[in-house]
Amino acid sequence: MATAAVIAASEVLELTEPLPLDCGQQLEGVRIAYEAYGRLSPARDNVVLIQHATTGDQHVASPHPKTGKPGWWDRMVGPGKPIDTDRFFVLCANVLGSCMGSTGPGSLAPDGKPYAMRFPVITIRDMVRAQVALLDTLGIDKLYCVVGGSMGGMQSLSLAANWPHLPERIMVIAATATMPAQNIAFQEVGRQAITADPNWQQGAYYGTGKAPDAGLAVARMAAHITYLSEASLTEKFGRRLQDRASKTFGFDADFQVESYLRHQGASFTNRFDANSYLYITRAMSYFDLAEEHGGLLADAFRASDARFCVISFDTDWLYPTELSRKLVHALNASGAQVSFVELSAPFGHDSFLLEVPALDRVIAGFLSR
Amino acid sequence: MTELRPDLALIAQNVAKGTRVLDVGCGDGTLLQVLRDERQCQVNGMEIDPGDVAECVGKGLSVIQGDADKDLAFYPDGAFDYAILSQTLQTTMRPDQVMEELLRIGRKAFVSFPNFAHWRVRLSLLWGGRMPVTRLLPVAWYETPNIHHLTVSDFRAFVEERGIKVEEAWYLSGDRLRGTSVANFRAEHAIFLLSRS
Repeated sequence: MATAAVIAASEVLELTEPLPLDCGQQLEGVRIAYEAYGRLSPARDNVVLIQHATTGDQHVASPHPKTGKPGWWDRMVGPGKPIDTDRFFVLCANVLGSCMGSTGPGSLAPDGKPYAMRFPVITIRDMVRAQVALLDTLGIDKLYCVVGGSMGGMQSLSLAANWPHLPERIMVIAATATMPAQNIAFQEVGRQAITADPNWQQGAYYGTGKAPDAGLAVARMAAHITYLSEASLTEKFGRRLQDRASKTFGFDADFQVESYLRHQGASFTNRFDANSYLYITRAMSYFDLAEEHGGLLADAFRASDARFCVISFDTDWLYPTELSRKLVHALNASGAQVSFVELSAPFGHDSFLLEVPALDRVIAGFLSR
Repeated sequence: MTELRPDLALIAQNVAKGTRVLDVGCGDGTLLQVLRDERQCQVNGMEIDPGDVAECVGKGLSVIQGDADKDLAFYPDGAFDYAILSQTLQTTMRPDQVMEELLRIGRKAFVSFPNFAHWRVRLSLLWGGRMPVTRLLPVAWYETPNIHHLTVSDFRAFVEERGIKVEEAWYLSGDRLRGTSVANFRAEHAIFLLSRS
């Protein structure tokens, strides 16, 4: 059996209308890079929209063009896989503000120069608004399901709250309806690391031959720790030394975990734009679905008659189960049809991307009928 | 049709068609499926075991992983026509509070539990002097999830004290119904349909 998903499209769409933003501005000529897998049914009723995480992209189940690595959810999306491309037409768009083909701070503004910090501050809802514009252009007015993990889950919730007529099913994995202070704090550390790098140049580093790679790498290293669990770090690295018999009494990467993090940070700079990191984490920090609906989260979902499935992981300390429970309680209060499960998995927040058979079962089950 | 445990079959028969139902401690969702597919109910479940929740989700059921002692508080008043608590009351930390919650979120509540005053249980305690291990209570005292044993008479006294109305009651020994007067001695388990009077 072939296990690779068949790409139906890998395209960049340019919106003909300006995109209005929550900050009050609007963006002209927005480009949205997206991939599609499987076949759209004649009734257009088999669309699964996948929304990606902070530094994810549209390459869900196709090799990443820069790293050559398999798509980030290759294990979940494909023929016969839990999100079965033999049955569903699977769409994923690179979010607004990112750097994988959709319009972001590194894109050219109408004056022909990169936006850099002239790019407006965007929100999670703006990202979703761009995706809805994409769906409109493709003639899709119904989503069998929208699925998102982490920041993708926030987009799924924003879609459910603001475009309640679109999704019939909403699956929210390892996410939150309101960004808590601890997460805002970690994101601020990442942004400060970038802006403290002299190569950042107030964001205007495009074309200068210098980019804030050191700052972006530190931001990634700090964030990467929050995606893992103490248990997974201990099991993977413990206190083992990196290619040496004893400590060097210096500041090289003596420990395997240090070496690993340095590698993660450095390789991230090859595929991601520092300003995109600033804008996307800002959007996440701003995310508060309750605030958007008069302070009562339940009110966000009153107009929805979709079925919700909320999933958390017991070792995820970045988006702990308590956040999912709050969301579920609000959904209950709004009278929505909701399922919730906390899955046991050792990998921390990253569990949703890794080998967790129980997650496969829940996703396949939720999509089955 | 799915083969239901006798107490669940009895509940299924007595749930009005097309109503909104919450099954607290719904297990793998067997009762919910029957209520959805055969009685056209709008069904929801709560279950503490994540494996069971995953199985329910696979059946297209809306089930929340949660704890009857803590998580019923988050449902609005009168959210359901029926709240069902089958064979779960005796496992809760505070059965009295769980009962109040059931009758707050459900207009009516089905509650079923194993009767600790069944003659086999009595004999076992009387002659053996040991905590009973029976067909319905198969686990030894130190690992049983049943931490609040009760009898039919205890339950009757409880609902009277709390001003809870008994709409109907059924008493089962195996799959056979027993009469009300002998229930506390002859019934292995009891099912009550309750409401706030």
